[in-house]
Amino acid sequence: MTVLDIVNSFGLKIRTGKNRLDEKVTGGYAGDLLSDVIAHSHKGSIWVTIQTHPNIVAVATMKELAGIILAGGREPDSDTLKKAEEEEIPILVSPLFTFEVVGKLYQMGISGMG
Amino acid sequence: MTGAGNSIPFREMFHIDGGDFTNAGSISSQVKKILKRAGFSSRIIRRASIATFEAEMNVICYADRGDLSLFVMPDSLKVVVEDEGAGIPDVDLAMREGYSTASEKIHALGFGAGMGLSNIKNNTDGMILTSKVGEGTHLEFVIGLEGTDKERVIPLSATGG
Repeated sequence: MTVLDIVNSFGLKIRTGKNRLDEKVTGGYAGDLLSDVIAHSHKGSIWVTIQTHPNIVAVATMKELAGIILAGGREPDSDTLKKAEEEEIPILVSPLFTFEVVGKLYQMGISGMG
Repeated sequence: MTGAGNSIPFREMFHIDGGDFTNAGSISSQVKKILKRAGFSSRIIRRASIATFEAEMNVICYADRGDLSLFVMPDSLKVVVEDEGAGIPDVDLAMREGYSTASEKIHALGFGAGMGLSNIKNNTDGMILTSKVGEGTHLEFVIGLEGTDKERVIPLSATGG
C-alpha cells in the first residue's frame, strides 16, 4: 500500500510531496496534539489531522511518517506548503472529517498498529 | 576544528522568544541541520530533534524567553535550556503525562498535550529539570553516542548558511 494508492482510493487532493507518493504506508495515526503524535505514531504511518501550521511538517519528518492527510476540508498554511516541499512530505487534503477518513483507511487495511 | 582528540566541544547557542509561535520549531530545525551535516545516524538525529523540539516549544509556550545551547562531545550530545519566566511550581507534577497548564491558544495549535517532558525523557539518556517560581527553569539532557556516531568532527563554521 502506497500513499498514491490511498490518494486514488478515495480521491484525495495532493498539495505537496508529488515525488514521494510511492512511499509505503505501514500504518496510520489520527491526532491533533503534536506531542501525542510524536509519542505514539510509528515510522511509515499516514497521519490524519486538522492542524495546518508548519510544525506538522516538523513532526512528520521527526517521526518519518509517510504523509499527512488534512481532514475536514482544511488546507495547509502557505508556510506549511513551503516547508513540506523542502522536506518532501506529502500533504493530502480531504473534505471528509477525521472519523470518516480514518474509517476509509481502516477499510483499506491500514490499521493503527504500524 | 573541534571534536575528536580536542577537549573543546562544538557549541552553539540559540535564543528563543516566549510566545513566538511564528518561529516555533526553527531552533530544533537548525540543530537538526547541524547534526545532519555532521553525519550523525538517523536514530541520533531523530532523538535529538524530538527532545530539542519539545524543549523549544516549552520555552515558547510557557516562558518569557530562553537560551538553548547544543554541545557536541566525543561521547555524547548535550542540550541545555535556560529560560526566564513564571517557572514550574511542582516539577514532579509537570513531568506527569497529560498534566498541562497550557492556555486556549496553545491548545488550539495542538500544543500543551502534557507530554513534552516525557517525550524528552523517552528520547534521551539523562535529563535534569529544575525551576524557581517567578524566575525560570533550567533543563538539560544528554544523548549518548555509540559506534560511528562517536568522535564526529564538526567544523566551527558548521552553523554558517
